[in-house]
Amino acid sequence: MAELLTTDQIEQFKTQVAAIRHPRELVIDLLRAVQDNHGWVPDEGVELVGNVLGLTPLEVEEIATFYDKIYRRQVGRYPIHICDSVCCWSRGGEEIAAHLQQVLGIALGETTTDGLFTLLPTCCLGGCGRAPSIMIGRRFYGPLQNEDVDRILAELREEGTS
Amino acid sequence: MKQTPQLLFKNRQPGRTVFLKGYEKTGGYQGLRKALKEMQPAEIRELVKASDLRGRGGAGFSTGVKWSFFPADKPGPKYLVCNCDEMEPGTYKDGELLQADPHQLIEGMIIAAYALQADTGYVFIRYAYRDQFSHLQRAVTEAAEAGYLGENILGSGFSFELHLHGSAGRYILGEETALLNGLEGKRPNPRSKPPFPAVRGLFGRPTTVNNVETLANIQHIVNGGAEWFKDLALTVDGSGTKLYGLSGHLEKTECFELPVGITLRNLIHDYGGGVWQGRQFKSCLPGGASTPFLTASDLDVQLDYQTLEEVGSRFGTGGVTVFDDRTCMVAVTLNLTRFFARESCGWCTPCRDGLPLVVWLLDKIDKGEGTMDDLQMLKDQYRNISGNSFCALAEGAMGPVDGLLRHFEQEIVDHIQKGHCPF
Repeated sequence: MAELLTTDQIEQFKTQVAAIRHPRELVIDLLRAVQDNHGWVPDEGVELVGNVLGLTPLEVEEIATFYDKIYRRQVGRYPIHICDSVCCWSRGGEEIAAHLQQVLGIALGETTTDGLFTLLPTCCLGGCGRAPSIMIGRRFYGPLQNEDVDRILAELREEGTS
Repeated sequence: MKQTPQLLFKNRQPGRTVFLKGYEKTGGYQGLRKALKEMQPAEIRELVKASDLRGRGGAGFSTGVKWSFFPADKPGPKYLVCNCDEMEPGTYKDGELLQADPHQLIEGMIIAAYALQADTGYVFIRYAYRDQFSHLQRAVTEAAEAGYLGENILGSGFSFELHLHGSAGRYILGEETALLNGLEGKRPNPRSKPPFPAVRGLFGRPTTVNNVETLANIQHIVNGGAEWFKDLALTVDGSGTKLYGLSGHLEKTECFELPVGITLRNLIHDYGGGVWQGRQFKSCLPGGASTPFLTASDLDVQLDYQTLEEVGSRFGTGGVTVFDDRTCMVAVTLNLTRFFARESCGWCTPCRDGLPLVVWLLDKIDKGEGTMDDLQMLKDQYRNISGNSFCALAEGAMGPVDGLLRHFEQEIVDHIQKGHCPF
C-alpha cells in the first residue's frame, strides 16, 4: 500500500494550516487525502492527520467514524456502494444488490478474496432519475441492469489485475 | 403546452456543462453588475423579501425573512454558506443544476453575500457529487480571474472569497447546524437552537445557510424584479419556478424547471410520460422522502407550499417519487424509515431508539407477522417521536409514517389479517 500522505502533501497541508484561522476545518480534506493514497484510513492515518492539525487521535477518530465514506477498515480496491434508498428500490435496486452478492460470492460488508471488491449499502446517491444506481469508488453508474453490472465488473477486474 | 421561462436551466444541454464564456453569453453576471452598481445591500434584501422566494432545500422558509435576521451591519467576519448536501432520497435537482451551469450558483452567492455583507462563503458539497465539485472548482477559478470574486469586485469596494468543502457522507449534514459543525471539522451532530446561525453560526460568527437552488434564483430576481418573479408561479400566493426531479414508477425520470403551482397531474403526465408500464398512479412523495404521501385524489393539487400543506403534505425539495398501483405502501414506508434510522446521528433518544422501533414494527407487519397491537404501537411511536426530537431528522422520518397511517391504514390491516403482504 502506498504511503499515507506524501511529503509534498504534508508540506502543503502544513502551509495551509499556518495560513488559516481554523485549521481543524481541513480534517475531512486530510482524511480523504489519506484514503485516496492508501485506499482506507488506518490508525496511523488518524494519528498522522491529528499531528498535522494539532488534534489528538481521539478528536480525529470521532470525526472519521461519523462519515460513512471514510473507511476505517480495509476495503477492496473497488468499494461498491449500492444505493438502497426508495427511488432505486422502486426500480429494481434489490435485484441489483442480490445480483452483485451472487456474482461476487460475498455478502454486504464483505470483500472478495482477491481484494478487488467490497460491497457496501449506501443511502441515496443523488442519481434518483437514473435508478437503480451504484457508485464504485467515486464513479456513479446508473440506470443499471444485471448485464451492465457484469460488464462493469469485468472491466474493473481487467483493470485491477493488469 | 406553454413554454416555461427557463431561469436556472436556461443554459442546460444534455451531457454538457456551461462555463464562464457560455454563461456570460446568455446574460450571466449582469445581475451581479446591476446589484453592485445600482443597488444598496438593504435594497437587495428588501427585493428578495418582496419576491416571496422561499427556501428550495425543503423547509420552505422565506429567504427574505431569513436574511432580515442577519446582522449585515455587524463588523467582523460574516459567512454565507451554501448547502449542497442534497441527500434526501428523491432529491437530485441541485446536482442537475451544478452539472449544467455552475456559475448560476456562484453569481447568486456573490449577490447574496453583498446583500448580507458577508465576506466569506463556503459551498458544502456532498461526497457523491464528484463531478459537480470539479465543475464548481473550475467555475470559482474563472470567476476569480474575471474579477467577480476576491478583492474589490468590479471596482465596487465589496470583497468576497468563496471556498468549497467536499464532505464524506451522512444525510444529517444537510441539517444546517450539523453542516456548520462539519465545516468546522467537528463531529457533525446538530447544535441546539437558539442561538440561531444568524447570531452565532460558523466559527461563532453570523452565518446564513441557503440551498443551491435558492441562491441561484437571486440574480434572476435582481434582473427581473419581484413582481415578475412572483408572476412566474401559477398560484396566487406562489412565486418563481421550481426544479422538479422526477423518480420512481414513471416513464421518464428527469429533472425539469417548471412554474411553482403546476398540478401534480400535469407534471406526471406531460413531463414524466405517465406511470410506467401502463399502470395506474397509486401514491407519491411530492417533495422528497420526508414529505407525507399523496394519493390519486390529490392529482389535481397545485404544487406549492400552501396548497400542499392543505392536503396534509409539504412541497419539500420538489423531488417527486411516484408509486404505481402494484406497490405495497407498507414496504415503501419501511424502506424510507430504514433510511432515516440508519442516517440518525444518534444524539437524541426519540430518533436513535424510536426510529429502529418503527423499522421493527413495519418489518414485522410487512412480513405478515404483525398484530393489531403492533398497529397501535406504530401509532403510539408516531406520536412519541413527532415533535420530541432534537432536530428535524426524526420529524421528517415521521412524514411517510403519517401518510401511511392517514391514507393506507387499511393496507396495514390487510397485512395483519391475511398474514402476508397482499401485493
